[in-house]
Amino acid sequence: MIHPIPNGTRDVLPDEMRELRAITEAMRAVFERREYGEVWTPTIEFEDVLRRGETGVDPAYRVFDDHGHVMALRPDMTVPIARVVATRYATAQPPLRFSYFAHAYRGVRPHRGQMREFLQAGIELVGAPGPDGTVEALTVLCEALDAVGLRGYRIALGSASLYPALMDTYDVPQDVRETLLAALAARDFVKLENQVQRHRLDDALVRVPQLRGGPEVLDAITGGEAGGLRAILADLPDAVSSRVVFDLGLARGLGYYTGAVFDVLDPELGEPLGGGGRYDDLLARFGRPLPAVGFALHVDRLHLALAGEERQA
Amino acid sequence: MSASVGGPELTIAVPRGALLRDTLDLLDAVGVETAEVRANDRKLLFGDVGIVTMRPSDVPTYVEAGAADVGITGKDVLTEQDEREVAELLDLGYGPCRMILATVAGEPDPAAEALRRLGVMRVATKYSRIATRYFEATGRQAIVDLTATGTTLRENGLVIREEIMVSTARLIANPVAHKLKSAAIDTLVARMREQRPAAPVTA
Repeated sequence: MIHPIPNGTRDVLPDEMRELRAITEAMRAVFERREYGEVWTPTIEFEDVLRRGETGVDPAYRVFDDHGHVMALRPDMTVPIARVVATRYATAQPPLRFSYFAHAYRGVRPHRGQMREFLQAGIELVGAPGPDGTVEALTVLCEALDAVGLRGYRIALGSASLYPALMDTYDVPQDVRETLLAALAARDFVKLENQVQRHRLDDALVRVPQLRGGPEVLDAITGGEAGGLRAILADLPDAVSSRVVFDLGLARGLGYYTGAVFDVLDPELGEPLGGGGRYDDLLARFGRPLPAVGFALHVDRLHLALAGEERQA
Repeated sequence: MSASVGGPELTIAVPRGALLRDTLDLLDAVGVETAEVRANDRKLLFGDVGIVTMRPSDVPTYVEAGAADVGITGKDVLTEQDEREVAELLDLGYGPCRMILATVAGEPDPAAEALRRLGVMRVATKYSRIATRYFEATGRQAIVDLTATGTTLRENGLVIREEIMVSTARLIANPVAHKLKSAAIDTLVARMREQRPAAPVTA
C-alpha cells in the first residue's frame, strides 16, 4: 500500500541520518566552542508574531487553535530568536550568542526539488554591530563549513544597503525604485537595463550590481557601503578572506537585511547552501533595539555538496 | 555543476528547434566551435565544446540545477517558468515572435460572442500560466500561442485578436556559476553583446 506524505516533505532513513548527524555534530562542536548556546523554539508560533518580522517570507502553513488564534509554522529561525531575545533576555547584557538546528517551513513549489520542510543550522549574534559582529559571524561560518569537511566553498559577500544607496546617488524617482529592486531580486538584468534606459538613468545602476570578483570590484563604488565591506575584509582572518567573492548585486530574499549580506556557494551545487547577513532593525520591531547578524545553512544542501565533492576526489 | 578540468570553461545549454540555427551562428561568432553540433542532430552532449542541446523549455531547468552554467532560450519560456532561479543576462535580439491571442475567423469575434452569451470558453494553449495571468487581467479567452509570421494561424482559419507579449532569445546563467565563474561569463556576455543586432525588441 502507498500512504502518501505531503509534497515537499520526506522521510530520512538510518543511512542518510548517520551522515546528516555527522554534519550537524561537527557544526555543533564549532558553535559550542564559540559559545553560541543552542536553543529550541516552538515549531508553531502565533502568526502575528511571525509577521512582526516583516521578512517578506510569509508563513505558508496556518492552523487555528481552540480559541480561534491563527498559528503558523515558522518560515525561519531568525524571527523566533528575535522574539526570544526581546522576551526572555529583555534586560540581558549584549552581546548574546545563540545557535540552532531546526526545521523551517516554506510554501515553495516542490517540483523544483526544493523542500517545504527543511533542516537549518545557524547562529544569531545579537548586540554586536558591524564590522566586528559581521567578521565574527563569517569566521564562525567558515569554521563550521571546514569542520564539516567541505573544501570548495566560497562566500559571496555584498550589502543589502548598496543598491538603495546607489539609487539615492543617481536620483532614481521613487516610483521606479520598486521596479529596479524587483528586477535585481529576480536577477533579471535585461529588465534592469531596459528600465534604466527607459527612464534615462545612469548606467552605473546596471553596471555596479553585475560586479563580481575580488576586492578590486569595490573600487567601482564610493561611499559608506564600499567602506563597510572593506572594513569587514580587512579584519577577516586569511582563512576566511580567501573564501570571499564580492557580489555587488547580491540580493537575499528576506526583507529584514540592513547591511552586509552573504551567500554560501559551492561549485558542486547550483544553488546556495545557505547565507545570512546583518539585520540591525529587526530586534527593534520586537521592542529590544539591538544590531544583529546571523546565518542559516541548509543541512540537506550541505550534504549534497559534500557528496559531490567526494565524487570529484 | 560541470567539471571543467581540461575541458571548456563553461557548459552551455543550447535550444533545439526554431532558435537552434541563430544560436549556433552566434556561438560560432563568439568563438565556440559548433561544427559537430551542426553535423549531428541526434547527439545531445558535446563535451569537447561544452554544449548540451535540449528543448527550449528544458533550458531553464538545466541552468537552474547547475547542469549547465549558461543557456539560451526564449523570453516566452522564461516568462512561463518565472519561478526558475536563473539570472537573465542579455537580450540576444534574434528569434523574435509574438505571443498572441487568436480565435476563429469571423466578425464579430465568434469567441467573444460565445463568452458574452454562454459566459465560458475553452482555451487551447501550452502556455497555461502566461495565459491565465493574461486572462485574469483582461477577462478574455481563446487560443494563446506563439507566432513569428502568422502563416500557420491563417492556414487554420484563426485570427489574431490581441498581442500578449513579444519574445526574443535570452542568455541566462545559473546564479552560482554567475558568481563562481564570473570572468568567463562576463567575457561571453561582452562578446555576445557585440554580435547583437542593433536596437533589439525587448519587453
